[in-house]
Amino acid sequence: MSCSLLSCATEPDRLFEMSDYQGPRARWCPGCGDHGILTANQRLLADEQLKPETTVYVSGIGCSSRFPHYMKTYGFHGIHGRALPLATGVKLSRPDLDVFVVMGDGDCCSIGAGHWIHAIRYNVDMTVMLLDNNIYGLTKNQTSPTTPQGYASNTQPDGSYLPALNPLVTTLGVANASFVAQTADWVPGHLFATLKAAHRHQGFAFVRILQRCPIWTPDIFQEAVMDPAKTELLVHDDGIRDPDTEEAYTTHTWHDPADIHDGRRLASEPGTVRLGLFFRNEAQPRYDVTRRIPLQTAEEKIAHLERELDRHAV
Amino acid sequence: MNTNPPAATGSGLPASAASASPEVHTFHRHIVEVVSDSGEGAQKCGQSFGLVSARMGNGAWTVEIIPAEIQPPPRTPGSASGVRIRIGSEPVTNWGDEADLIVAFNEQVLLARHRLGALKRGATILLESMWETHEDADIRRAWDEAMRELADGDYHFVLVPMEEQTLTITENPQRGKNMFILGLLSAIHLRDLDIVRDQIRKTFAKKAPEVAESNIKLMELGAAWAEQNVGFRIDVPCKKPDKAMVVMNGNQAIGMGAMASGMDLCAMYPITPATSVSHYLSDVFETSGGIVHQAEDEIAAIGVAIGASYAGKVAFTVTSGPGMALKTEFIGLAIMTETPLVIVDVQRGGPSTGLPTKVEQSDLLAALFGQPGDAPKVVMAPATIEECFHCMVSARQIAESLRGVVIVLTDANLATGVQPFPRPELDPHWQAHLPDLGPIPKDRKPFSWDEQTGLSKRIVPGQPDGMHTTTGLAHDEASTVTYAPDVNMRANAMRSRKLAVFQQTLRPPPVYGGDEGDLLVVGWGSTKGAIEEAVDRAREQGLAVSSTHLTFLSPMQPGLKDIFRRFSRVMTVEINYSDQPGDPFITPENRRYGQLCLLLRAQTLVDIDCWTRVPGEPLRPGQILEVMRAKLATDGKETA
Ligand SMILES: Cc1ncc(C[n+]2csc(CCOP(=O)(O)OP(=O)(O)O)c2C)c(N)n1
Ligand code: SF4
Ligand SMILES: [Mg+2]
Repeated sequence: MSCSLLSCATEPDRLFEMSDYQGPRARWCPGCGDHGILTANQRLLADEQLKPETTVYVSGIGCSSRFPHYMKTYGFHGIHGRALPLATGVKLSRPDLDVFVVMGDGDCCSIGAGHWIHAIRYNVDMTVMLLDNNIYGLTKNQTSPTTPQGYASNTQPDGSYLPALNPLVTTLGVANASFVAQTADWVPGHLFATLKAAHRHQGFAFVRILQRCPIWTPDIFQEAVMDPAKTELLVHDDGIRDPDTEEAYTTHTWHDPADIHDGRRLASEPGTVRLGLFFRNEAQPRYDVTRRIPLQTAEEKIAHLERELDRHAV
Repeated sequence: MNTNPPAATGSGLPASAASASPEVHTFHRHIVEVVSDSGEGAQKCGQSFGLVSARMGNGAWTVEIIPAEIQPPPRTPGSASGVRIRIGSEPVTNWGDEADLIVAFNEQVLLARHRLGALKRGATILLESMWETHEDADIRRAWDEAMRELADGDYHFVLVPMEEQTLTITENPQRGKNMFILGLLSAIHLRDLDIVRDQIRKTFAKKAPEVAESNIKLMELGAAWAEQNVGFRIDVPCKKPDKAMVVMNGNQAIGMGAMASGMDLCAMYPITPATSVSHYLSDVFETSGGIVHQAEDEIAAIGVAIGASYAGKVAFTVTSGPGMALKTEFIGLAIMTETPLVIVDVQRGGPSTGLPTKVEQSDLLAALFGQPGDAPKVVMAPATIEECFHCMVSARQIAESLRGVVIVLTDANLATGVQPFPRPELDPHWQAHLPDLGPIPKDRKPFSWDEQTGLSKRIVPGQPDGMHTTTGLAHDEASTVTYAPDVNMRANAMRSRKLAVFQQTLRPPPVYGGDEGDLLVVGWGSTKGAIEEAVDRAREQGLAVSSTHLTFLSPMQPGLKDIFRRFSRVMTVEINYSDQPGDPFITPENRRYGQLCLLLRAQTLVDIDCWTRVPGEPLRPGQILEVMRAKLATDGKETA
């Protein structure tokens, strides 16, 4: 059947500017890293000239998950930890939509961890951002799975008891991962370049964004922010390139994103903050392709059902 | 043990060796059970027998007898697996009381049915004979003990050398006995063997043709054995139905109904007894415009369904009690965001893992009130297999037009019960429309609630100028988050108002029996057939008993109070737990009522009583009749 309703009709040139994607003023704390991530997204959408009406931001619950409210696209601010199933449903049902997902570290790596693992495996085409401030922000300073060991919070005042979960290593450990990158809210050029690569990736593009929370974790990223020499950039011709960032951040490591083993090694080495593309493979199977909902007219469906009833006729 | 058992039995069947012309006994209702160790194929045999009977024009209702494990230890009562088939000259609406005739592959599974009181006193038993003389002394001893225990049933035994016979034409009797039995039963019940052959071919349609043919040979062997060795026949007169009929179980009907409704995404996580909906759909949906998404858990399943619905369609999710519990938070989100959604809960025994394979009607209150906050939704309960089909079409339409959640409550009895019903006349208009992706006019908001009805038209992604963020937080018409008291109160009212508006479109439930009388029994869901049969029997005995059955539990159908007023006693009959008056510590003040009963009392202020049980099996009409008689013996008028 023809799918004219579902396909985006091309119209006389509409030119979108960043302001076309800007919703109401964001209500995050001043200095919150989420502001910069929001701007990077708006810049990306303008750069890619995405139609606001066919773009959907899906989120869970948390400071970071307020994100869709501040965009002028479609948004679905869901429930804590469950952004990924919602986004999967949106994309399965409407492949014509451009789907972005925003989650916090509690959202994605704790309550939503099960969905996270499986969404990586489904490899449905979407751009997935983990806004990782190493803390529960909205609920006021509780330890998250990514809180560094020993770091104090309201629930673990003597410091987090356990080694932090590493979202990159976790993602890279799941079968069928297809795009794994890390960037930081305070490196706007790299952030933008990473989001662009993620958006262009056909599949589940997972981007962990190190995100400053000046309220609860002001010191966690302080060193990395102040001293670019402490940050290592993964560079490669097939990787994420941003000349300005490469000029400011001079510690470079040549890493071929096709090499998952090296990607895992680089992701798991403690100490160094590494930004860049750890792994990409667009050849991984995509659930939204293999499981595309067949399009049939009402009449076709009814005809099928008549045959089904024949099979059950007495 | 004697292969020529005494003649006089409760069902009056002489089971002597065949004479030239066997005695034919005619019944208008008749219950057969086939039980074996799990894995021996009794279910396939019994279901085929039921289908053949339906095709010949009998009313039929089959119920599966399911053990808890996949392969429990053989030759134990816990291993009993099989089917009850009730056939009749008229449509059959429930599984009836006790079985008249049972085929058992060993004495232990027979014992299981005996202990459950499933067999009529004096019932005819066709039993595998090999165990009586088995080389293993333990088995012989078990046989003797079982026979002693069975003696008080006054049963009428026909010993059948099932294995010995089957071995004459197949090497693996484990795989052949069931078809031998099908032949045996078919001959005894005067079934048309051509229809039986055809049914076997249908059953094995997906296998190589030789498979069906060798099964037909086994069936013919069984029929021939009966011709030579069984001295009675049972005739349940049938007439070819005057309209086209289909036959299926309730879960297949749910699946087909979903397809008829045009829904194209079923998101689920396996759970008994709901899973077979997805098995069925996985088989046929994908070629007819839909997919089954097996999610990583029930939470994800409903999340995917909501995401798909949000994007412009109506999706559905199928589950059972434990899965419903997990979906709770997402149900609230769908209600808060007014995202249409259909949820099928195939109820089983609870709480917790409960009775996974057994019937219960205990999720009603959870469906209505299981979500924190006020979460109004439509809850409906099909009462027959046919209604399982049609309710899916209605559910999709209701969800769409109310922009809300519809929960369909079926149960394990409907899920696996097989019943013929008139072939639905499909209508392309039942099918969902593709989402409208036209631009949104300036003054339209995501929740432009009509003040009178609470209804609003949804905006879906892809519609230009409709951009907004859907949120589970309290919001105003523009979907802007706000905690303003007036906005929150209005939004709650708007979501609730939709139910009142919908209720206005419903009709009072029909009253079965007489319009007024001494007792009205109120039911919901799969108990309808048993309740109405009990009403029939009561009225035959001159009792002024009627019943009414609710399809909608939220909102409730109108006119209930008027109906109740016409009876001096009103009670519900349900398969869920309630305290019995007279039990230790139970007083009128602390008594916990059946779930529908509690709702009706709250809604109507009528002093409604209840009789509820949780036996893990469907209620029997005879049982309900006794309850009616007992209720009639109490003072009336307490309800008026
Ligand atoms: C089911 C459920 N449990 C708990 C909460 C409370 N809650 C809201 S946000 C949050 C954690 C937020 O932390 P994170 O996901 O890291 O996001 P951030 O606020 O840091 O951006 C919690 C526990 C909730 N909303 N829902
Ligand atoms: S609490 Fe932290 S994460 Fe939340 S808005 Fe404020 S700065 Fe951002
Ligand atoms: Mg956080």
